Amino acid sequence: MTDITELSAVELRDAITAGDISAVAAAEAYLEAIDRIDPRLHAYNEVHRDRAMERASDIDRRLSAGERPGPLAGVPVALKDNLCTAYGRTTCSSAILADYRSPFTATAVRKLEDAGAIVLGKTNLDEFAMGSTTETSATGPTLNPWDTGRVPGGSSGGSAAAVSAGICAAALGSDTGGSIRQPAAFCGVVGFRPTYGRVSRYGVVTYGSSLDQVGPLARDVSDCALLTAAISGHDPADSTSVPADVPDYPATVDTPLENLKIGVVREFLSDSLDADIRQAIDSAAETYASLGAEVREVSLPYSAIDRDDEGNISSHAVACYYIVAMAEASSNLARFDGVHFGHRTAERVRDIVELYSRTRAEGFGDEVKRRVMLGTYTLSAGYYDAYYNKAMKVRRLIHRDFERAFETVDVLLGPVAPTVAYRLGEKADNPLQMYLGDIYTISVNLAGLPGLSIPGGVSKAGLPLGIQLIGPVFSEQTLLRAGHMFEQASGIRRLRPDLAGT
Amino acid sequence: MMRTSDDILPVVGLEIHVELATATKLFCRCRNTFGDPPNTHVCPVCIGLPGALPVMNRRAVELSMKVGLALDCKVADYTKWDRKNYYYPDLPKNYQISQYDLPLAADGRLEIPLSDGSTHVVRVLRAHLEEDAGKNIHAAAAHTGVDLNRSCVPLLEIVSEPDMHSVEQVLGYARAMHRLVRWLGASEANMQMGQMRFEPNVNLRIKRGDVEFRTPIAEIKNLNSFRALERTVAFEIDRQYAAWLEDPEGFSIDKLGKQNRGYDDDREQTVFQREKEEAHDYRYFPDPDLAPVVMDKSWRDSVAAEIGELPLARWKRYTEDYSLSPEEADALTQDPETGDILDEAVDTGADARRGVNLLLGRGAALANERGCAIAAVGVTGGQLGELVKMQDAGEVNATAAARIFDILTETDQSPREVAEREGLLAVSDSNQIEQWVEQVIEASPQAVEDATGGGKKQKGAFGFLTGQVMQLSKGAAQPQEVQQILRQKLGL
Repeated sequence: MTDITELSAVELRDAITAGDISAVAAAEAYLEAIDRIDPRLHAYNEVHRDRAMERASDIDRRLSAGERPGPLAGVPVALKDNLCTAYGRTTCSSAILADYRSPFTATAVRKLEDAGAIVLGKTNLDEFAMGSTTETSATGPTLNPWDTGRVPGGSSGGSAAAVSAGICAAALGSDTGGSIRQPAAFCGVVGFRPTYGRVSRYGVVTYGSSLDQVGPLARDVSDCALLTAAISGHDPADSTSVPADVPDYPATVDTPLENLKIGVVREFLSDSLDADIRQAIDSAAETYASLGAEVREVSLPYSAIDRDDEGNISSHAVACYYIVAMAEASSNLARFDGVHFGHRTAERVRDIVELYSRTRAEGFGDEVKRRVMLGTYTLSAGYYDAYYNKAMKVRRLIHRDFERAFETVDVLLGPVAPTVAYRLGEKADNPLQMYLGDIYTISVNLAGLPGLSIPGGVSKAGLPLGIQLIGPVFSEQTLLRAGHMFEQASGIRRLRPDLAGT
Repeated sequence: MMRTSDDILPVVGLEIHVELATATKLFCRCRNTFGDPPNTHVCPVCIGLPGALPVMNRRAVELSMKVGLALDCKVADYTKWDRKNYYYPDLPKNYQISQYDLPLAADGRLEIPLSDGSTHVVRVLRAHLEEDAGKNIHAAAAHTGVDLNRSCVPLLEIVSEPDMHSVEQVLGYARAMHRLVRWLGASEANMQMGQMRFEPNVNLRIKRGDVEFRTPIAEIKNLNSFRALERTVAFEIDRQYAAWLEDPEGFSIDKLGKQNRGYDDDREQTVFQREKEEAHDYRYFPDPDLAPVVMDKSWRDSVAAEIGELPLARWKRYTEDYSLSPEEADALTQDPETGDILDEAVDTGADARRGVNLLLGRGAALANERGCAIAAVGVTGGQLGELVKMQDAGEVNATAAARIFDILTETDQSPREVAEREGLLAVSDSNQIEQWVEQVIEASPQAVEDATGGGKKQKGAFGFLTGQVMQLSKGAAQPQEVQQILRQKLGL
C-alpha cells in the first residue's frame, strides 16, 4: 500500500470518502510523520494530537453513517500560528502570546474544518508574521526541508516546510507582503494569496490590516483550488470581506484556458534576479507559448527597481509597502500591553507606563520592535504627510500600473523572489536587504490582487525555484487554471525534498 | 468677586459627548446597556482580542445623522473611520475608533431659548461618532479593575463654536442639546449613567480702555451634570479674571495657550491637570478594518423623514400661535409627546388655552404625583379635545373638567361618557337651580342677611351662598347662572 502521506489532498479525500483509507489512519500516518520528521525542521509550534484523532474518528463515524463530511473529508492540515483557534494556543511565535488561548476560531479555519479537514497543529512563523525567513520566531527558526542549512522563507515558513516535508497534506498561511508565496517558492510547493477580501480575515492576528490575506499552501494546484474554495466567501464579521460569489475552483481547475494572454513584467527581469530563476521564467513563458498562449512584455513602472550610482537598489513599492505595513502594525500591535491578556512583566512597576514598556520590551523581539517604532514614527505629527500620505498615493499609482497591464493581458508572469532560499542568518543582520527580497511580491499586496506561487523547477544547486502568476482582482479561477496548465505541460509538480539528507 | 470697570466677555465652547441609545454596541453585537455587573456585555471585538474585527452598527450612524440634521448640519455624503492611538487601560486596543478629518456632520447651529423669551444661536462646528472606552474601577488600594461593558458603546461628540458668553447661555445650550437628543430618541442622555458628558472650553476677553486681553483657554474634562457645568463655568470666569488681575501681561493665551483642568466636585472648583507627554499626538490614520461609509441622498432622506417638529420650533409656535408664556411653552416641549397631545386636541377644534390649562394644571400635578411625564398620565389628544370643547360649550364647568381629566387618566371612555356616568354634566335647568337657591337661602339666614346688608361682609357672604348652591349641584351647575338666580332671589 502507498504511503498515505505521499497522496495529494484530493487523492486522500477521494480515498477516505471511498472508504479505502480511514480518516483515523490518515491522521495517524501524519502524526507519525510529524514525530519522525519535525524534530529536524521545527515546522510546528504545537501539535493537536488528541483533537486530530477525535476529529478523524468523527469523520469516519459520519462516513459510515452515510453522511458526506465535505470536500476535505479527513484531510490533515496545518495552520499558521497566527490563525486563532479556540483549541490549543495561538502564539504568533511571539513571547508576548506564548500562553495565549483564543476564545474563538478564525473564520477561514472554521470553514476548513466545516469542509471536513483535520487540523494537525499550528505552524511556526516569523514573529507576528514580520519577516521573510521564519528566523524572527520566538520559538526558533524553521529549517528548509531541501537544505536544513537554509531558511524555509517566511513568514509562513512553518506551513511551507510542513507541506514540503509531507508532514501535513496542506496548510493555511497568511500573506501580507509575500508571506505565503515566498516560502512556497523556497520550499517548492504551491502557495496562493487570494484577492484582498476573498477570504475572511476574522481571527487572523492582524499585522497589516489592508494587506493581510489568508491563503493555502499545497502540493499541487488542484489541492490549492480545493482549499481556496473551502475558505473563500463573504464573512459578515469582516467588513473588508467582499460579498461576491465564489466560483467552483476545483471543478474548473483542470480545464485549460484558451486564448490566454500572458504578460512578462519587464521591470521584474532586472539583473538583481538570480540567473536560475530568470531561466525558469523564460522556460515557463515558452511552455505557455507552446500551449497556444500569447506572451508579451508589459511594464509596471512603479514596481521597478532603481539602482543609484553606487549600486544601491531601491524601489517605490518596497518603500510604500514598509510604510503602510509598519504604520498599520504599530497600531495593531498596541493591544499587546500586558493589561488584558498575554505576557505581563513580572517586575515590580511604578506605574502603568512602566508596565506597558517592560511588558513590551520583554515580549517583543527585535524585528517587531523595529517595525512598531518605524510605524509609530511615520504616523507621527509632522511626518504623516511625508510618509504615510505619500505612501498611500504611491499605492494608488501601483494599483493603476496593474490596471493598465490587465487591459492587455490576462495574467502576469514573473519571479516570486530574487533568489533561492537564503542560508540561515544570511539576511538576519541586514533588514533592508531582507526587505528588498520582497520586491516581487509586495506590489500584489499593495494592489490587493491574487498571486499564485508555483514551482518552476529546481536550481543547479538542487533548490526549488518559484514562479509567480498574478491576476486582476477576483481572477482566482483564471490563475488556478493557468497554474494547472503549466503544471501539466511542464511536469514540474509535487517536488519532494530528499529528507534522508536532513 | 469685585468687578472693576473692565469689560469682560466670557468665551465658552462646549464639547458634548452623547451615548447613543442603540440596542447594541457600535462595532459588535453586545448589548448597549448600563448598570449590569462588570464585563457581562463583552466579546472579542469590544475587548480587543487578537484577530477580532469591528463591524459597523448602521443604526448608530442613523441616529448620528438624525442629530446632525436636527442641528442643521451638513451631513457628509461620505465619511470614514480613523484610529486615535493612545495607551490607556480602559481602551483595550490602545486605539479608539473615531472620525478625524471627515466628521459625519458639520457646520450646524442650535438656537436656544433664553429666560427673557429671546433666543441665542450657537454654531455647531462638527459632530462625529466614535466608540466609548471602558471604565477603570479603583476598587482596592493597589488594585485597579477595568469594566469593559461600556467599551465600544456608540458615542456622538458634538463640538460647538465658542459662541456662548454667559453661564446662562452655556446652560441653555447644554439643556437644549439634552432635550434635543432625547426628543429625537438618539440618546436617553441620563447624566447619572454618564450618557451625556460635558467638556467646556473657557476663556475671557477683557477690554481695559482700548486694549483687549485674552486669558488662556481652560478645558475642563468630563463633567457629568448641569450643576457641575454651571459651577465650573462660573468658577472659571471668576478664577481667570482674578488670575488676570494679578498678572495682566503674563496670564494670556499667547503665553500659556490651553490648559487641561479637572473639576473637583467636593471643593466645587477646577484644578490644574498636568499635560500628558504625548497628549497631542494621537497618530490618527484611517482604520483599515472598516470600509468608508457612504451616506447617500436616499439614506439621508429616510433619516430626515424620521425627524418631526423640533423643540424650539414648537416652542416658538406655542408662544406665537397659542400666545403661551415662555415658561408654559417650555413645559410643553420637554418631550414630543406632551405637545402632540395638545396639538391633537387643538386639531379637533378645541381651544388651545383651555387645553394648556388642563395639561399644565391637572396634567402637571398628576405627572408630579406619579413621577412621570405629563404625556404619560394617560389622557389622549382626542379625549382632551372633546373635554375642552364640552367646557367651551358650557356642558361642564372648570371644576368638573378637572375631575373628568383625572378620571380620564384611568379610562378609555370619552369625556362625555365620564361626565354622564359621574353626573358632572352642567345643569342648565333653571327650575332645578332655583330650587337649590331657595333651599340655600332658607338654610343660611345669617349669610343672607350679610349678603343683602351692604356691609363689608357682603361679598364673602355672596360667595358662600354661591358655593353652597354649587355643592348641592355637585359641581354640575354653571356658577354664572347660579349667581344670576341668587341675585334675583335676594333682590340685588
